Amino acid sequence: MTRFTRLRGFPLSTWLPLGVLVVITLAVAVGPAFLPYRAEEIVGDLWEPMSWAHPLGTDQLGRDMLARVLEGGRTSLSLAAVIAGLAFLFGSGAGLTAAFLGGWVDTALSRAVDLLMAFPPLIFALLTIAVLGNSIPVLVTVLTLFEALRIFRLTRSLAMEIAVQEFVAVARLRGEGIGWILFREILPNGMVPLMAELAIRFVFGLLFLSSLSFLGLGVPPPAPDWGGMVRDNAPAVSFGLSAPLVPAAMIAIVAVCVNLVADSLLHTRGRSRSAEG
Amino acid sequence: MVLTRLIAKRLFGALVTLWFVTVLIFLAVECLPGDAAEALLGKDATPVAVENLRAELHLNDPPVERYVGWLGRVAVGDLGKSLTTNRPIAPMLATRLSNTLFLAATAAAIAVPLAIILGLVSALYRGTRLDRVISVLSLASISFPEFFVGYILLVVFALNLGWFPVLSGINPDMGLGEQLHRIVLPALTLVCLVLAYMMRMTRAAVINVLSNPYIEMAELKGCSRREIIVRHAFVNAVGPVANVVALSLAYLVVGVVVVEVVFTYPGLGQWMVDSVSKQDILVVQICGLIFGATYIGLNLTADIVAVLFNPKLRHPR
Repeated sequence: MTRFTRLRGFPLSTWLPLGVLVVITLAVAVGPAFLPYRAEEIVGDLWEPMSWAHPLGTDQLGRDMLARVLEGGRTSLSLAAVIAGLAFLFGSGAGLTAAFLGGWVDTALSRAVDLLMAFPPLIFALLTIAVLGNSIPVLVTVLTLFEALRIFRLTRSLAMEIAVQEFVAVARLRGEGIGWILFREILPNGMVPLMAELAIRFVFGLLFLSSLSFLGLGVPPPAPDWGGMVRDNAPAVSFGLSAPLVPAAMIAIVAVCVNLVADSLLHTRGRSRSAEG
Repeated sequence: MVLTRLIAKRLFGALVTLWFVTVLIFLAVECLPGDAAEALLGKDATPVAVENLRAELHLNDPPVERYVGWLGRVAVGDLGKSLTTNRPIAPMLATRLSNTLFLAATAAAIAVPLAIILGLVSALYRGTRLDRVISVLSLASISFPEFFVGYILLVVFALNLGWFPVLSGINPDMGLGEQLHRIVLPALTLVCLVLAYMMRMTRAAVINVLSNPYIEMAELKGCSRREIIVRHAFVNAVGPVANVVALSLAYLVVGVVVVEVVFTYPGLGQWMVDSVSKQDILVVQICGLIFGATYIGLNLTADIVAVLFNPKLRHPR
C-alpha cells in the first residue's frame, strides 16, 4: 500500500487541521511576496480596524497586521521546527544509545534526565536568559535541551519495548550489526509514536518560545515573532481593541491543528494494529 | 518498614534534586561572561563601583566557600540588596510571595473541587456529550498559550461586560472582598489552564478503578450504584486523583509567571521576569529558588501520595 492511499483513509478530523497547517505554512512561506505592503512599512494609523486594505487591521505603529503576522510566523514556526528537529536528533540518539548499551551509560543518562526534568523549564530558561541574554542561539539551546529530555524518555522506553520482540532476536541471530538492528528493526517500529511526539514537541516549543517572547525575553527585535507581537500590541486591550488577539490566535490555531494531527497519528496506529492483529 | 523506607527514599531524591537546583542557581552568577561584577554593571562602570559589587556578591572568595556562604545566608533570610533599586530583597520578597500564593491558592480552591466533581461526573456518564466537551476543552487548554486565554477573558469580562477591573494590582489596604474581586480574572485564567487536564486525569483514574473485577463483583452482589461509587470506587481513586492534583498544582505554580505579566499582578513571577530583563541577578536567583523548590515539593507530594494509596507501588519488581 502506498503512502498516499493510506493517507486517504484518514478522517476529516485529520484532513482539516492538516489542510489548515499547509495553508498557513504556504502563506507564511510565499505570502509576503504577494502583499502590497512590507512588514516593516508604516501604512496607516495605529490599530486601525479590519478593512479591505488591511484584512487584519494595523498594529501599534500602523504597520499592516497581515504582513506582520506572516513575517512573524516565519520566525516563530521555523524556530519551533528547528528546535523540535534538533531535540529529536539528540533525544532519540541518546535514548537509543541508553536503551541499547544499558548498564552504567543508561543509568547515568537516565538519572541526569530525571534530575533536569525535576526543574520547571520556564524557570530554568529565565535563569539562563538572565545570565546569557536572549539571543537566538541561547533560546534554541535551552529549548532543545528540555525538548530532548522528553524525547529521550520516550525513545528509550520504546526501544526497550521493541528490543525484546522476536524479530529483533531473529535479526540478532542472523548476525546483523548494531546499526542494522537500530535503524532497520527498532527505529521503524517506533516511528509512529515518535512522529506524534515530534509534533507535540513542536507545539510545546512554539508555545514556550511565544511565552518567552511575550515576557520580552524571547526572540530579540527587530525580527517579529508571534509572541513578541502579542506583547507589542498588548496596550491595545485597554482601549477595548483586540489587536494582540490576532497573533495569539495564530499560535493557538497552529497548536490545535498540530495536536489534532498528532492525536490521529496515534489513533490510526491503534486501529491498524488491531486490524492486522 | 517498607513504607517508611520508600518515603525516605523519595524524600532523599527530592533533597538531591533541590541541592542540584541550588548549585545550578548559584552557578548562574559564575556563568556570567567575563567578570560577573563588570558584566552586571556594564562597560562604563567605575572601578570603585565594580569593586563594591564584587564585595557585595562575595566574588573575591573561592567558589565553594561562596556557595556555602550564599546557601547559609539564604537559609537565614539574609538576601542582600537588589542591584537595581538598592533596596533589601527580603521584605519585597515577602509581599510578592504572599500575593502569588494568594492568587495561586484562590485558583486552586476553584479548580481542584471543580475538576474532581466534573471528572467524576464525566466518568460516570462517559460516552455522552459531556465527554466530547471535555476532550475539546482539554485540547484547547494544551494548545492555547496562557496569554491568549488571559486576553480573551480580559476583553470579554473586563472590557465588554465591565464586571471586573482591567488591572489586577492589589495592595494590603484593600479589604479581602476588593482583593478577591480584583484577582478574579487572573485566577480564572489559571483555572482554565489546569482544569481540563485535572478533569481528564480524574476521569481516567475513576474509569480505571471502575473497570476492576471487584466493582463488577459489587454490582453482581446487588450493591446500589451510590454504594459502589462511595465505598468501592472512590477510596481506590483517591490516590491517583490526589497525585493528579499535586502535579497540576506544580504546573499552576509555574503558569502563574505568564498570567501575572498579562494582568500586571504584583507577584513573584512578574518580579522575576522584570528582574531577568534588568539582570538583577540576586532577585532572579531567589525567585528561581522559590519556584524550583515549590515545584519539587509538589512533585514529591504527588509521589508520596501515590505510594501511600497504592500498595502495589510499595513492592517494586
